[in-house]
Amino acid sequence: MTYLDAAVVAPVHPVARQALLSALDEGWADPRRLHTQGRHARLLLENARAAIAAELGARTEEVTFTGSYEAAVHAAVLGVRHARRRTGSAVITSAIEHSAVLQAASWPPDAPHVRIGVDSSGVVDVAAFAAAVREPGVVLACLQAANAEVGTLQPVDALAPHTRTAGVPLLMDATAVAGHAPLPAGWDILVADPRSWGAPGGLGVLVVRAGTRWTAPGPPGDDVEAVAGSPSVPLALAAAVALQQTGAQRDAQEAHRRALLNQIRNAAERITDTDVAGNSATGLPHVLTFSCLYVDGEAAVNELDRLGFAVGSGSACTASTLAPSHVLEAVGLLTHGNIRIGLPANVAASGVARFCEVLPAAIASVRSLLGADEL
Amino acid sequence: MIDARGLRCPLPVIRLAARARELPAGTELVVLSTDPAARPDIAAWCRMRGHELLRQEPEGDAIRHLVRLNG
Repeated sequence: MTYLDAAVVAPVHPVARQALLSALDEGWADPRRLHTQGRHARLLLENARAAIAAELGARTEEVTFTGSYEAAVHAAVLGVRHARRRTGSAVITSAIEHSAVLQAASWPPDAPHVRIGVDSSGVVDVAAFAAAVREPGVVLACLQAANAEVGTLQPVDALAPHTRTAGVPLLMDATAVAGHAPLPAGWDILVADPRSWGAPGGLGVLVVRAGTRWTAPGPPGDDVEAVAGSPSVPLALAAAVALQQTGAQRDAQEAHRRALLNQIRNAAERITDTDVAGNSATGLPHVLTFSCLYVDGEAAVNELDRLGFAVGSGSACTASTLAPSHVLEAVGLLTHGNIRIGLPANVAASGVARFCEVLPAAIASVRSLLGADEL
Repeated sequence: MIDARGLRCPLPVIRLAARARELPAGTELVVLSTDPAARPDIAAWCRMRGHELLRQEPEGDAIRHLVRLNG
C-alpha cells in the first residue's frame, strides 16, 4: 500500500511515535500539580512548547496547545474579533483558506467576511487584499502560508507590510508548510495542524505574537494554556519531536519529493482531457492536484485504492458536504474526477513509478464505467 | 436542450460532451443542472475543449448554462 494523501495528514513519524509511547509512561500526570509526577509532566510539556516555538520562529510563551487544529483556528479568529470588537468585526481572508478558517470568519452568519480572489494557480491578489484591509472596521486578515490542495505558496511576506501599516493582525495557517518549506515570517498569529508534519492527531497549535490584540474566547480555564483545555502532554511531546525531525530533513525531502512529484505531474499531463493545477517549480514539493474529464472522483479514488494507492480528492462525490472543493472552484480547475496527491517524507521512488504506470489505465477504466471512453 | 437536473457530477458534463459530438460548430446548447459542480465544471469543460460559455444563470432551483460550440 502506497500512501499518497499526506498533505494534511502525514503518516506518524517513527521518532514521534516513540516519543509518544515514552511520554505515555512519563508524562501522564497533571502538569498543574506540584508533586514529582506533575512537575515532570509540566517539564515535558514546556520542553515541547519551547521546541515548537523554536521551529516556528516564535517565543516559548507565545505557543498554545489546543485539542485540534480547528480549535486553534476558532480560538484565533474569535479571540481577535473579541479583543478588537470596538474597532469592528470584519475579517478578510483569501478565497482558498482551509474551510475551518472560512467557517470561523463567517460565523455567526452575519459576521462580515470578505474573500479575496486568487488566480488560476491559487495565488491571492495582494493588491486587492491590501485595499480590503484598509477599509474601516477590519480586525483580522487571514492568509495561509500555502494551499494544501493545489500546493501554491502564498505571498504572505508581500502582504504583511500592508496589514502591518493598516494595524490589522495577520493570521497565517502554517499547515502543510511547517517542516516542509520555509515559513514566511511576517505573521502575527499562526495556526497549524501537527498531523501535517507527522505528529499524531488530537492536538492543535496556536501561536500569538506578543503585543497582538487577542483574548482567549469563551470561559476562562486554568493557567497552563491560554485557551481553556488541558492538552495531552504525550501528544505535545510527539508533535515537538515530529516537527524537529521533519524540519531537520526538510531540504533533503524537498529534493527527493519534488522530482517524484514532477513524475506524477508528467504522467497526469499525458492523460487526455486532464486539468493539472499549480506551478511545478514554485509550489510545495509534495502537493499536486489534477482532474480528469468524465471521471467520477469517488470511483477513481476507489480504483486507485484497489490498485494499492491512497489518494485524496476534492470532487463533490467524495466530500461529506456533496459540494466540490471551494479551492478547485476558486482556481477554476475542473472539480469532478479530482485526484489530490500529498507525498509523505521518504516516499519510495518505486511506489511513485508504479503509480505513474497504473494511472492511465485506472482513469480509462473509470471513464468507461460511465460510457465516456469515446468522448 | 439538455435536462440534466437530478444528475450528479460528472454526468451533466458527460451528457453535454456526448451531445456536443453530434453538433456542428456554432450550435448553441442549453444545459439545465441542479448539480453544484456543474457551474465550475461546465466552465472548465468549455475551457478545456475550446468551446464558449455564454451564460450561467439561476432558473428555479436549477442553473441554466448556455454554451456555444466551436469547431
